Order: sequence, then structure tokens, then C-alpha cells
Amino acid sequence: MTVGIVGYGGYVPKYRITPDNIGKVWGVDGAARGKGLGIQMKSIPSPDEDVITIAVSAARKAMKGCDVCPDDIGAIYVGSESHPYAVKPTATIVSEAIGAAPDLTAADYEFACKAGTAAIQTCMGLVLSDMVKYGMAIGADTSQGAPGDPLEYSASAGGAAFLIGKENMIAEINHTVSYTTDTPDFWRREGQMYPKHAGRFTGEPAYFKHINACSHKLFQAMGTKPDDYQHAIFHQPNGKFPLRIGKSMGFGPDQMKYGLLTPIIGNTYSGAVPLGLTNVLDHAAPGDRIFVMAYGSGAGSDGFDITVKDSIEDYRKGDWCSLDCSNQDLIYLDYANYAKFRGKIKMGGV
Amino acid sequence: MEVARFWRENQSRYNMQGKKCGACGIVYFPPRDLCPKCRRESIGKMEKLKLSGKGKIISYTVVHDGLPAFSMQVPYTMAIIELEEGPKITGQIVDVKPDEVKIGTEVEAVFRKLGQEGECGVIHYGYKFVPKE
Amino acid sequence: MREVAIIGVGETKFGELWERSFRDLGIEAGFKAMEDAGIAGDDIDAMFVGNMSADRLIDQEHIAPLIADYSGFGERNLPSVRVEAANASGGIALSQAYMSVASSVHDIVVVGGAEKMMDVGEESAAEILASTADQEWEAVFGATLGSLYAMMARRHMNDFGTTKEQLASVAVKNHLNGSMNPDAQFQRAIKLEMALNAPMVADPLGVFDCAPLSDGAAAVILCPWEDAKKYTDSPVKILSCGQAGDYMALHDRPSLTRMDATIEASKKAYKYAGIGPNDIQLAEVHDAFSISEIMAIEDLGFFEKGKGGKATEDGETALNSKISVNTSGGLKAKGNPMGATGVGQAVEMTLQLRGEAGDRQVKDAEKGLIHNIGGTGSTCIVHILGRGN
Repeated sequence: MTVGIVGYGGYVPKYRITPDNIGKVWGVDGAARGKGLGIQMKSIPSPDEDVITIAVSAARKAMKGCDVCPDDIGAIYVGSESHPYAVKPTATIVSEAIGAAPDLTAADYEFACKAGTAAIQTCMGLVLSDMVKYGMAIGADTSQGAPGDPLEYSASAGGAAFLIGKENMIAEINHTVSYTTDTPDFWRREGQMYPKHAGRFTGEPAYFKHINACSHKLFQAMGTKPDDYQHAIFHQPNGKFPLRIGKSMGFGPDQMKYGLLTPIIGNTYSGAVPLGLTNVLDHAAPGDRIFVMAYGSGAGSDGFDITVKDSIEDYRKGDWCSLDCSNQDLIYLDYANYAKFRGKIKMGGV
Repeated sequence: MEVARFWRENQSRYNMQGKKCGACGIVYFPPRDLCPKCRRESIGKMEKLKLSGKGKIISYTVVHDGLPAFSMQVPYTMAIIELEEGPKITGQIVDVKPDEVKIGTEVEAVFRKLGQEGECGVIHYGYKFVPKE
Repeated sequence: MREVAIIGVGETKFGELWERSFRDLGIEAGFKAMEDAGIAGDDIDAMFVGNMSADRLIDQEHIAPLIADYSGFGERNLPSVRVEAANASGGIALSQAYMSVASSVHDIVVVGGAEKMMDVGEESAAEILASTADQEWEAVFGATLGSLYAMMARRHMNDFGTTKEQLASVAVKNHLNGSMNPDAQFQRAIKLEMALNAPMVADPLGVFDCAPLSDGAAAVILCPWEDAKKYTDSPVKILSCGQAGDYMALHDRPSLTRMDATIEASKKAYKYAGIGPNDIQLAEVHDAFSISEIMAIEDLGFFEKGKGGKATEDGETALNSKISVNTSGGLKAKGNPMGATGVGQAVEMTLQLRGEAGDRQVKDAEKGLIHNIGGTGSTCIVHILGRGN
């Protein structure tokens, strides 16, 4: 098959909070908790940001970097578990905001943290079947942990967009596999503000089992082993799980350094693996091979085998927007302002 | 219900679509169907034009007593921006500390929430600005 | 065109008038003016009422017949018209009434202005005031009225070196004048430090750079000049009126530091009156914000562009100085009940020209100018009044 990434863009809000600041409020040693999770800080969306604005920002960056007419986009899918509307698609607003409307199909996806990679797979299928010329796949979230819940130390905001097509590729997707079961490790009921999770059940029977199974499917299908890849990106609910599972398979820290962003931005859920992939593409050399393994609670894994093409060098010389998470302009918030920004303070009604 | 009133401006608020007078070449934002300079001459000659969203600040203020829709961002910065293509517009400058904004600061448009019709109503989106990287 | 006289004036106190309703206010001002003119209801031909936003402030549309009715004109089937031009509603009501008398359509006309602002919360009031700018392209993006004036101030400071002290000196002067006006909302002098140290509203404008929210009403009675002596020994003549408009949104105008509507409106008013700025001894100008007074005294030709701040700081606009500006206390201290504001300016100017302004009387006041702005300067109305002989 010949399909791949034509353009990409990632977006992470500028605001940050440290685990120490969160722990202080709940009587917990936040710094130690952060260390345990491998998280130095997490991103926070501004009060005027949500999944729609993040998706648009990422999609615009993706379009800016490549020379594709928005009219040629035949499909847009936005994966998220925090779409601002329960009914009314994020994807329609993104379509208008990048000038792709009206001649396209669009929909929103939800599959916990792997809705974005599910969107990539859908776009691959549509492109390969010649139903569309280009498809835009976006994963973005502004997820929340309940106040005081361990998730509060990691749940953050960000997203990434990929323009998928056959022409002008900068990276070819060699293969994709999935592994899906009914495993209730994490969920959010309709109308509830915060998700619930099953504690340590989210580990072995959920994250580790699905990623292991899906990874072996991908190795088997491609006849590869960890050494064949220069980069590996695993779903990253915290800074520790991906390192642990990568190591168990035989991936070294050098292979994972660009794809692991959770330590400095937190867990961006549907944005996590997509953002890791944008950061790898920012740094990868032509010919580099990338191992991508997403995980979504509920539960399932999507795996991708990607090869970077020579054209990435020209792409990066153009109007390309790199993901710079380490920029100097970060704005740090204390817990009170974080709570205000995230709507955790009960306000007087109108 | 303000849905339609906002919806019909989406192209301009999302994508900064303005108009250019076919007679004199002046660019207008928000779009106008009549050029105030050419008037009758411009009828039927106002062409759609998407603006770059880049410009520089010609004046600004840090708003402490703000509008209810912006109460979560108080104090927030408002500015009048002269766009590359010529028109001047009013917009919020976001993701900045107040002392980062000056007359002459170069900015570019970003896509943000402008407000919503209450907790249950539709959400309005449009342009705001950040300092140019 | 006939010459037109003001033969009676009246106003309520301006301020937070919790016990008074919109109709109470309108009636009080109207009755006072009629009593002042010594006329009866049967003499009145028509009523013009300046009102900005009764619909949003008190949920009442169609307020002209309401005021006429409660003023006792229900039986008389009096024609009445509401005039809306944001904060210039009162000034435009006056000009419309002036034209109706000058053109001989009507003889005796009541001009009322009324606004009841305190029946909504401050946040709602801020939204309503912001909608006098361009709702779709300014207010939607977060611009308050104060923030737009603040951007004028910032640019004025940048271009001409105007200082915060100079802005604050507008408030100091107007509070001093207001302390001598029994109808003023604030009848208390303030020190410069108090204005300078006040909380920010929209930087560089602080609380003392902004006129308050006010309830209030004002009324004047007009009649043909030839008939004026029948009613009063001290009629005041409307020498001229000039109105001008501008782009609705501040950002569409060529300059942030001048109001072309003021320049154009005053040019017309001076021309029709056959005089110039130097012939004016006193002026009520639209100081909804301190910067708007500074820009007004420049744009009206009293001071060179860019020198208005220094002139104010140097006391050149104080009572009985080069030109006495806002002897009533202005919008800042007398109060700013939107639709009533412009009519209130005419009340003050009439009292001054009659020599009835008490402690704040300008000596030998012969000719005075009143200047009323709507929005951020998209409407301006200027009237020049003269002492009757």
C-alpha cells in the first residue's frame, strides 16, 4: 500500500502547572507524585481554548506546511474524549476554519486516548480506496481529572493533525494493525464532567496487555524487531508506562526520546501519540523508521509502521511549523488559577 | 437566540475573509459591499479576499472591568491592529503578560472561543491575536 | 428659518436614584421645565425624548408616548418621538426639536432626555454601553466602551506626550465644578492623587477617568425667538447646531487621537453662528472619559491638537479661566444618564447664560457651546447657545 503523511501540525497550549502545585492543595507530596508519574508539568488550556480551537490550530499548521488545496480534502475526522459539544461535530468547525467545507465528509470520533489514531486509519482507508484524495485526521483533548484524583496530575491539553494522502508524502505509512477488546479500565458516563478509572486495573490487563498484543501483531506482520526502528512512540498516560513497556520489548531510551512528551506536557489523551509523532517528524532523518503504538481505554491499540521519506527535508525548509514544547514563553499557573481556567470553581449563575 | 446572527459571520470571524474594492484596491475588513471611498464606482466590484491575519498593534489597553463573556480572562488585553493588507481591526491579544504588548508589536491571528450563549447554548469562535513568533 | 429660544429648563438630580422609576424621572424634569417657562400643557405642540436604551435597561420599548402620557398629555393626543443616538440621544433630540421649531412645523416643543441605568447590574450595563460601539466587530471581541477610549488615550499619550496626571486633572477639575452643582451625582472635590491611585478600568484609564452609571432626566422648552419674551425675561437663543457622523467602529477611522465628527460638527456650528472658538467663554463637552474631554477641547478648536492635556493641567479650562469647561461637573461628576446627558448640558448652559448658575457661575457668559458624543465618536452634535438680549 502507498499512503502516508502529507502534512502535520501539533498544538499545545502555553499554560502549565506543576505536580507540586497540585499536591499542595490536596495534602499530597505533589513533587514526589510527579516524580513517580514521570511528569514535570502539564499543559492547561486557556479559558478560550477547547478541543475545537486546538484542533483548528493543529490543522492550520498541517495545512501551512504542505502545498495542498483545502478543496482537495475529502474527509475530516476529529478524535477526542472532550469534544465541546455532545451533539454538534468538532469536525464541521475545523472544516470551515481550514477552508475545506463544504465538499467533504466529516465526523467526530471517540475512543478514549486512541480516537486520533483511529481517525488516521479511517483516512488511510478512504485514501487507499480512492474515495478521497486527502483526509485530515486529528487527535485532540482537553481532558480533566476530578479534583484530588491522581489523574489531575497528568490530564492535560493538546492535539495534532495529519493530512493523509498518496501524493507529496513526507512519510509513508507501511502498515497499520489494531487490537480491540471490551476492557472497562477507564470511562466517562454521558453528562459527567470527570472520568472514572479502575485504579491499578488500568495497568496490566489494560494498557500493557493491549499494547503488547498489538505490538507483536505489528512486528509479525512486518517481520521487524525493535532494532529496525529509529523511533518508537507509545501511548503515554504518564512518563513511566511507555518507558517500561518499550524497554520490555527491547526499545532503548534513544528511540523514545522524541516521541515521549508527557513528562513536559502531561497526558493529552487523544493528542498524546499524535503529538509524539509530530515531534518525531520534526527531528527524524530521511529513511528513519517509526514504530507507533497508541492505546485507548475501553480498550484497544492501534499500531503503525512508518518510514520517513527524503521529501521531509524540503518540507522542513518550507512553511513548516515545528512543535516547540520547550519554548520560553510558558505561563505557569497556581492551582487557584488552574481551577478557574478549567471551570472547576462553581460560579454564580446568571 | 443569537445562533443565526453569529453563524452568518463565520467566514469572516473564522478565516478573516474581507473584501477588496475592484475600483481602488483598498481592502476592507469586516467585509463591506460598498467602498466608502469609491461608493457607486465600487458596486459589483467588491471581491472576496482572505486576509493573512498578520499585523501590528497601533494601540492597546489592559481591560480590568471587562465584559461578562471575558470575565475568566480579566485583566485581558485589547488592541487595534493594522493588518498587512491595510485594514485595522479590534481584537484581543492572548497568551501574553500585559507588559509584553507595545505599540508596534507584531501579531498574528489565532482561532479561539469568543463566548457562548450560556452553559447550554452554542459556542462562538473567531480570531484573537498572539505576538508573532 | 426662524430663530429659536430656550424658555424653560429643568432636571432631576443625577445619580443612583433607587426609589425613582424611569417615568418618575421623565415627568419631574418635564414639569420643572414647564414651570420654569411658565407654560401650560395646552401650549405644547410636540415632545422629543432622548433615550438610549430603555428597551435593554428597563425592558420598555416605545417610551415617547409613555413619558407624554404620564406627563399628562394622554388626553391631548400629543405627538411624541423617541430619539436614539447612544450617549448623544439627548443632544440629537434637542437638534431635532430645534429644527422642528426653526422650520415652523411646531411652535412650542418639549425636549426631554431620560435614562434609568441602575435597574440593571453593572455587567449588563457594560454590555449595553459596549453595544454603542460596533457590536459585531468590537464588542463581540471583548471591547468595552472604556477599552476603546483607553486605546485613544494610549495613542494620545504616545503621540503627544499626554500624561496620566493630565488625564486625572480633568477629573479633579470636573469634581470641583460638580461640588458646586446641587444636581450633580458627585458633589465632592477630589485630589489628584486620589484619581491617580484609583483602580484601573482599562489601562491607562482608571475609575476617575470614567463617568459613572447614572439615573436622571432633563428637559428644555423651545419656542420661536419672536415669542420668547411672552414667557420669560431671560430667554437663551440657540445660535446654531451642527451634527456630524463617522465610521461606526473606532478602528475604521483614520486617527485614534481626534474625532472627525467633533471637528466637522463644530465647523458647521461655528459657521452657522458666524463665530469661532475664540468667541466661546464656556463649554459643556462630552467627558464620558477623561481623554474624551482632552480630545474634545482640541477638536472644538479651543486648544491646539495635542495640547489639551497640558491646558487642562495648567488650569486653562477651569472655572473662569481661558475657557470654562464642564462647569456642571461634566459627565464625570454631574453624572451620565445617557439619553439625558445632552439635554442636561443644555440645562446647564441655559442657567449659565441666564446668570443663574450659583457658585459655579461663569462671569459675563455670553456664548457657550455644548458637545455631545454617541458611541466612540460615530455621532457628534454641537449646539452654540447665546445670552438673549
